[in-house]
Amino acid sequence: MRRFPASLVLLALLAPVPALANGMPQLAFNNPLTLDQVWWGAGIFVVFLLLAWKWGLPRVATVLEDRAAHIAADLDAARAAKATADAAAAEVTAAIAAARSEAQTAISAAVEAAKADEATRSAALNARLEAQLAQAEQQISAARAAALGALRQVAGETAATVVARLTGAPAPPGRIDQEVAAALAARGIVESHA
Amino acid sequence: MAAGKIDALSQFALHPMFGELGRMGFSQSPLMMAVAAGLTLLILGVGMAPRAMVPGRLQAAAELLYEFVYNMCSETIGEEGRRFFPFVFTLFLFILFGNLLGVFPYFFTFTSHIAVTLALTIVVVVLTTVVGLAIHKLHFFSYFVPEGVPKLLLPLLVPIEILSYLSRLISLSVRLFANMMAGHVMLEVFGAFVIMLGGAGLLGLLPAGLALGVNTVLIGFELLVAVLQAYVFAILTCIYLHDAVHLH
Repeated sequence: MRRFPASLVLLALLAPVPALANGMPQLAFNNPLTLDQVWWGAGIFVVFLLLAWKWGLPRVATVLEDRAAHIAADLDAARAAKATADAAAAEVTAAIAAARSEAQTAISAAVEAAKADEATRSAALNARLEAQLAQAEQQISAARAAALGALRQVAGETAATVVARLTGAPAPPGRIDQEVAAALAARGIVESHA
Repeated sequence: MAAGKIDALSQFALHPMFGELGRMGFSQSPLMMAVAAGLTLLILGVGMAPRAMVPGRLQAAAELLYEFVYNMCSETIGEEGRRFFPFVFTLFLFILFGNLLGVFPYFFTFTSHIAVTLALTIVVVVLTTVVGLAIHKLHFFSYFVPEGVPKLLLPLLVPIEILSYLSRLISLSVRLFANMMAGHVMLEVFGAFVIMLGGAGLLGLLPAGLALGVNTVLIGFELLVAVLQAYVFAILTCIYLHDAVHLH
């Protein structure tokens, strides 16, 4: 619209140009082609309109509709998949928590069991060791008693021999025994009557 | 073109073409109309042939054109605009390709003929009037009676409204015709300058180069005008249809 006056100015400027004397071909209505182009144009326009309306544009419309439907379906599928994934993630989290607490319980149970087992075993070991110790002590005291018994006999016989050599007469056996026992008791080695 | 004489208007002259067809009034103008319609249908036909979910270049072009005109219709006319979409689409692409093809050298610009643009405008005005009458019956004529005006002024205002309604025939057709013609005259004039100055010897070379530069810029400008004027024609058609459907 703004260019219309400009074009008028231009036409005015061009007016003196000799070629313009022939006038504008657009206004040459004595040329039948000027109006004939309108009839041809009307026919072409109608054919163009009908082809675009009935054939060309519906082709575009169906593709656009298909795409819109496809996108909507994809979005729905994506939303459903997201819901599923969220549920699965929650499930996994819950499973992990359950597994963790289960493992914790199992570990503490195992530790308790191990402790109890250890305690029983060490008790048994202690008992066995004490029994062996007692047995050993018993054997030691028996051996000692045996050794001491032998010592008294040897001392009695030695004393009798010594007395017989010194005095030339055998010593009374009751006296020897009594003296040896008293001497041993005085040294604290064995009881008087053992 | 003879030197010293600028023949800016012979480019608009019509010549009969194709022998027998030419005798039936076929000239460059109907040829370019057919090419414009054919190119549009080709884009729709070939472009949409893959029916691809992710469109290629030509399909994207077809969809772009479709959605551009569709949105123009539904936004300007309203819900009812969809019914007029095929007509507006055809009209817009007919003019758009007519304008764009005209920028090519040796091609003919049928939108530079007032007979063609006036015929298109008559179609638009008759269509809007028929649509208005069909929807609103006789109530349609209230369109010419402005609201909230003293009754005393009506004898003055109603003729003005009718005149402004009829002036659409002139404004719509002359706007397109004058824009296209002016652009092509300017291209021709500056093109002639290049030849005349370039042939005038060493001194003329610089101005000839300038004129060539101007013409280069003008080509870009003409491409803009070609698209803009097609858009203006289509959007005004939509506005007139909106008026016919909604009565203001």
